[in-house]
Amino acid sequence: MKQPHTYTLYHPKWYRKRVSTWWWAEQWRSFKFILRELSSLAVIYFVALLLWLLWSLGQGEASYRNFLACMEWPLMIVSNVIAFLFVLYHTITWFNLAPKAMAVRVGGKRLPDWMIAAPNYAAWIVISAIIAWFILGGN
Amino acid sequence: MAKRSNEPFLWSLFSSGGMIAALMLPVLILLFGLAIPLGWIEPPTRESLFELVRHPLTRIVLFGLCSLPLFHGAHRFRFTLYDGLQIKHLNELIAVVCYGGAIAGTALAGYILWNLG
Amino acid sequence: MAKTITLEVARYRPEQEAEPVFESFDVPLNKDWVVLDALNYIKDKLDGTLSYRWSCRMGVCGSCGMMVNGDPKLTCATFLTAYEPGPIRVEPLRYFPIVRDLVVEITDFMDKLKAVKPWVVRDEEKPISEGEYLQTPQQLDNYKQFSMCINCLCCYAACPVVGLDQHFIGPAAIALAQRYNEDSRDQGAEERMDVLSQHEGIWGCTFNGECTRVCPKNVDPAGAIQQYKIKAVTDWYKSLLMPWGKK
Repeated sequence: MKQPHTYTLYHPKWYRKRVSTWWWAEQWRSFKFILRELSSLAVIYFVALLLWLLWSLGQGEASYRNFLACMEWPLMIVSNVIAFLFVLYHTITWFNLAPKAMAVRVGGKRLPDWMIAAPNYAAWIVISAIIAWFILGGN
Repeated sequence: MAKRSNEPFLWSLFSSGGMIAALMLPVLILLFGLAIPLGWIEPPTRESLFELVRHPLTRIVLFGLCSLPLFHGAHRFRFTLYDGLQIKHLNELIAVVCYGGAIAGTALAGYILWNLG
Repeated sequence: MAKTITLEVARYRPEQEAEPVFESFDVPLNKDWVVLDALNYIKDKLDGTLSYRWSCRMGVCGSCGMMVNGDPKLTCATFLTAYEPGPIRVEPLRYFPIVRDLVVEITDFMDKLKAVKPWVVRDEEKPISEGEYLQTPQQLDNYKQFSMCINCLCCYAACPVVGLDQHFIGPAAIALAQRYNEDSRDQGAEERMDVLSQHEGIWGCTFNGECTRVCPKNVDPAGAIQQYKIKAVTDWYKSLLMPWGKK
């Protein structure tokens, strides 16, 4: 299959700088980017917590109480706070970037970014409220 | 054929998982990870929560909520390892570990939700 | 005594050094001078051996892209006074092999650009007798932003994936492919999809967004790439669920 590019000539006099393994730590901007990408670990962590909650719910009252007690461990709270901040970072960067991926045009003019981002934030608030309402016993 | 590479499918899992994670995870963490353990809110009784979760519709939503964000995290983490640490030669291994983990998590979620009783 | 500012310029003369070194030059700090003016002053008055590319000096040719204090910029559009009191570090564009001083080798990019077929592809050309291809302002608006690309390669110098993966096709090439995909006269979207829907194509991109931030012409290559990802995904599902629709 034809490669989309040809071989770059080997030219011993050209200087090719090696990209350091720590490229992401050299500038605050790239560090913020890696933090954003590492929010993926926080997401995985919370799905695991969620699965633990669901499992303990299925096992019975004692199991559920045990889960709630574990959530109160100081180490648990600290890691939850950190992971919560990471997930918030994911959410905010996600909604702010969503407009870039969608070129929505109305009447010939492209909609400004905030008009795409705002409904996402609104949906976030509404869905969160609905979930909280269901969990905390409304019906 | 190169055009039918798996990437579009994987990216669709990533982006839908990211949207679900963004919309639904924060409130759940806030409630179960912070508000309830720190005593700001009374925890729901096991009965009411279990009734809520048992409902078939809730189980389906929960399955999506567990599975897709796992694939989102796996996909993103795979690229972070690949780019961040420049370990391209371990490319296949990373992909297997990441997506394999997501598949295993999905299976576990399915098992737990199915057997809620 | 007129004010001056120091430029720390990367020099690389393969016949005399193994890797780039920095040399300092003091240039007059005129309020309407750009970094390119400073480089021209150095070449005229201080060191005639300095090598660098430039042409239009007004931000439309894309020749004078360089790293200014670690950020990719068009040196003809970057004012000295923005960096007072200095010093200003001028280096060749990042992630490209350095040929000499501030000159980089861009043949790799030219190959990648050619691979996406950046021209109007037609199954059949309209004969001249039928007149021109007509386009409404709305149709022009669909791709106009991406057509502003001047191939300055600032986006390549900003994109970490370009630095980490030599085969990554890069932001400008994808933005230009989109410029033609969105052009109502073009019929080559299928052909370009073969090249772009690959790991070295759009799927290597992790939406870092630096390319859009540094672009001097507001092309928004990151937006082009994400829009194309969505298109590639819908295309993939369509061909999976409705395979009879193609060809």
